Amino acid sequence: MGLESHLGDNILTTTLNTMVNWARKSALWPMPFGLACCAIEMMAVVAPRYDLARFGAEVFRFSPRQSDLMIVAGTLTYKMAPVARRIYDQMPEPKWVIAMGACAVSGGVFNTYSVVQGLDQVMPVDVYLPGCPPRPEALIHAIMEIQKKIEKESFISKTTADTAKS
Amino acid sequence: MDNEAIATLIKTNFPDAIIGSGVFRNELTIIIKKEFITDIAKFLKEHQELDFNFLSDLCGVDRVEMDGVFEVVYHLYSIYKNHRLRLKVPIPSNEPHISTVTGVWKTANWHEREAYDMFGIKFNNHPDLRKILMPDDFEGHPLRKSYPIDGRQPVTLRGIYRKDVDEA
Repeated sequence: MGLESHLGDNILTTTLNTMVNWARKSALWPMPFGLACCAIEMMAVVAPRYDLARFGAEVFRFSPRQSDLMIVAGTLTYKMAPVARRIYDQMPEPKWVIAMGACAVSGGVFNTYSVVQGLDQVMPVDVYLPGCPPRPEALIHAIMEIQKKIEKESFISKTTADTAKS
Repeated sequence: MDNEAIATLIKTNFPDAIIGSGVFRNELTIIIKKEFITDIAKFLKEHQELDFNFLSDLCGVDRVEMDGVFEVVYHLYSIYKNHRLRLKVPIPSNEPHISTVTGVWKTANWHEREAYDMFGIKFNNHPDLRKILMPDDFEGHPLRKSYPIDGRQPVTLRGIYRKDVDEA
């Protein structure tokens, strides 16, 4: 029972862009960058109850070199900022970033001397996910938004500069 | 030992060192002069009846606006005798420094580094008095009341990491 049984002995036509984007969005490899309590919700998302595998993004890699989606979950401090940026730089293109939680989005309640007031000071952000912390469903939604974004991209011109406009 | 016995024992051994003492909710606090901290610390740890073998916390307090002093607070506990003591030491705010107690309780090392980092209290003869929480290039001591709560250094990181985008 494969695709053949539905389509028969046939030919499919599509654009290369559509196919590449389909492949990319169907197999996101997240780099979990857990900094605070948001990371607990992020872990719940890959666990059976919320089961991120349904969206093809369950393979959390703790190496940036094998990832294409960075999920920054939690409070980013000034001391951690260079580390976050280095991890981002180590990820191969193409890559996307989710700022998860109020702290990563804007600094949240921490208008203090040590907290970066928004992840976009440090790297380009594709999806801002508010909440304190966001529900696991919300993170799934954010990943679906990333998938939508990928669908509209052109793999030929996809560079960091494209996402940097955020 | 009960609070009263502990207080009396310290007072009889260091009559010149005591500034004040008090009990709140059955917790004994003794305020001492900073010159005596090393001697008293050693005494509290080595005295057989007191036996304060555990420094459970050491922290700084900014009382500059009220009393013109910083304060170092030592929370002591005896695991064997199951009694506690809080030591408070006021330090003049113009040049805050005090002797280390790392020679008595090793755990004081990182606590004193934190008090140094946050309040700028210098601990004389500390083996390794470096910042412990803030980045190495951070200037000032953020838990001082005189430090602005939103005193980020620099104000935004965009100039460092997003320069290419902002200039484009």
